[in-house]
Amino acid sequence: MAEAILQVRDLVKYFPLTRGIVFKKQIGAVKAVDGVDFDLFQGETLGIVGESGCGKSTVAKLLMRLEEPTAGRILLKGEDITRLSGKALKAVRRNIQMVFQDPYTSLNPRMTVGDIIGEPFEIHPEAAPKGERRRRVQELLDVVGLNPEYINRYPHQFSGGQRQRIGIARGLALNPEIIICDEPVSALDVSIQAQVINLMTRLQKEFNLSYIFIAHDLSIVRHISDRVAVMYLGKIVETGDEEQIYEHPTHPYTQALLSAVPVPDPSRREGRERIILAGDVPSPADIPSGCRFRTRCWKAQERCVVEVPLLAVPPHLRESGGPAAHDSACHFAAERDCAATAG
Amino acid sequence: MPEQLDQPNGRTSTEAVGQAGAGGAMEFAATEAASIGQATGPSARARSLWSDAWHDLRRNPIFIVSALLILFLVLIAIWPQLIATGNPLACDINMSQLGPAPGHPFGFDTQGCDVYTRTVYGARASVTVGVCATAGAALLGSILGGFAGFFGGWWDALLSRISDIFFGIPIILGGLVFLSVVTNTTVWPVVGFIVLLGWPQIARIARGAVITAKQNDYVQAARALGAGPTRMLLRHIAPNAVAPVIVVATIALGTYISLEATLSFLGVGLKPPTVSWGIDISSASTQIRDAPHMLLWPAAALSVTVLAFIMLGDAVRDALDPKLR
Repeated sequence: MAEAILQVRDLVKYFPLTRGIVFKKQIGAVKAVDGVDFDLFQGETLGIVGESGCGKSTVAKLLMRLEEPTAGRILLKGEDITRLSGKALKAVRRNIQMVFQDPYTSLNPRMTVGDIIGEPFEIHPEAAPKGERRRRVQELLDVVGLNPEYINRYPHQFSGGQRQRIGIARGLALNPEIIICDEPVSALDVSIQAQVINLMTRLQKEFNLSYIFIAHDLSIVRHISDRVAVMYLGKIVETGDEEQIYEHPTHPYTQALLSAVPVPDPSRREGRERIILAGDVPSPADIPSGCRFRTRCWKAQERCVVEVPLLAVPPHLRESGGPAAHDSACHFAAERDCAATAG
Repeated sequence: MPEQLDQPNGRTSTEAVGQAGAGGAMEFAATEAASIGQATGPSARARSLWSDAWHDLRRNPIFIVSALLILFLVLIAIWPQLIATGNPLACDINMSQLGPAPGHPFGFDTQGCDVYTRTVYGARASVTVGVCATAGAALLGSILGGFAGFFGGWWDALLSRISDIFFGIPIILGGLVFLSVVTNTTVWPVVGFIVLLGWPQIARIARGAVITAKQNDYVQAARALGAGPTRMLLRHIAPNAVAPVIVVATIALGTYISLEATLSFLGVGLKPPTVSWGIDISSASTQIRDAPHMLLWPAAALSVTVLAFIMLGDAVRDALDPKLR
């Protein structure tokens, strides 16, 4: 965990809102991602959580260069990949791969499993000599726990969990160091989710992969992540290791999210206090001034309207040195006794 | 990293099967039974979509019947003398509208020409117009529509407006205007006219199908792997967008053959001495009560041809959809 393999600095993505058909006029912008910084270290899993529409998936697409960032830098092993194109971008793609959310639309229904997993080798012929590709595809099927003899089958002959394994095998084909998982299990049954998560954990150890794991399910993120970043309206509001976020959250938004996690134990459920947030998430096209969470925060004061809180260790918590001292973008960051956090 | 993949954690393949079985025992039960017939041994060669489709088509009776019919039609379109020894233009007015006679199984038309010979010779014009016009319109329409859907933006706006203009031309009126000034008696002006007015219909279907296919995650996945636009179009978008185009094109083929007949009926399509079913149908239609056999045979040939092409298109579309297997 010494050197950051991926560094993201002030990443911004605005989608312009235009009016008019022939003479387009920009009337505003949806600020999907509005200044995101994080580091990813070799072999670790960084979980990114947040509500729908907070920009999680846009971050994934920006990292994959499927969307062009409006501003900011993405550094892969120190090399800026945000402005690459052509051959250089293609080479970078060997190192970052993605597992998609919906296994029903992420596999081409008209290609056999062998063609789907073998496609990376066709696009990057230098990755495997022609005669070996078929064997490599069968090895990959074996690695993700599927029968190598299924190579001539079509995706519709598999269940959701098996399809997701095929998607993972495709992502592994080029031996990437980073895999971005955009809600890889949210489309699966709970029983299958565990299988896929365990597979991903095993593969991480086997191939020393770094994961960026995007999800809205806090329990799953806790299970797989070394560090967690909580996003709200296009910005990271709190980040820390698994214990800091889940046991000692200091940002009110994180506390509210954790209080909403279902607890499977009725006796613990009785005693806990749930934080019910008022109102809706503000439109990303019209973000509140100052702290973007202030419109729904019970701690909000005058200062929150004028001053944007920075993502840093809050000064008043720094002295404690305990697990509460981690990055939190809140002027009034404080631990709160969430009697029942994620089970 | 590569050497790690080369030795996948030392498990034997039977263990892997066991794990997959345990992991997905329930999920598998349903698919296993359905696909057991296709279960392939490790020595089976890799199959592609098209080889699988061909494998399927060879066992489909509808495909076999329609393909044989079309093969037969194409053969007599090229060599009509194979099954008709007479001359379609050698007519004897004394035989006008007579019924079947020895050597003339379908009887005679108003001019006293042999209906059998004319029906056989008529295949050439109809099949040429139908196949060439459909091929031209489908090729032009799917390329232009596909690009419009794939690239979007200005290209799409421009193309959609141009196809709107062509849509606005009434096909019969357009035929009367364009073709009445043509003195060429071959089928090519008619083919050209049909392609010119037919491509926007295919282009619209292709554009919509490409836009639908483009939004799928597997296209994004291919992009993430570093695939260029050519690969995305040919490997991912085209195979998933081709089905509606095939359906519309086969239906269009039938309409184009009847459009040729309509234009010939109006006197602006093919012109005598060209022999075509359309010309024969139009001249026979006024005599339907006196001599129905004159109308029956060319009309039956036209219907069977159209049906054969529609059945073929249907079979090909089904074979290209692995989900129906």
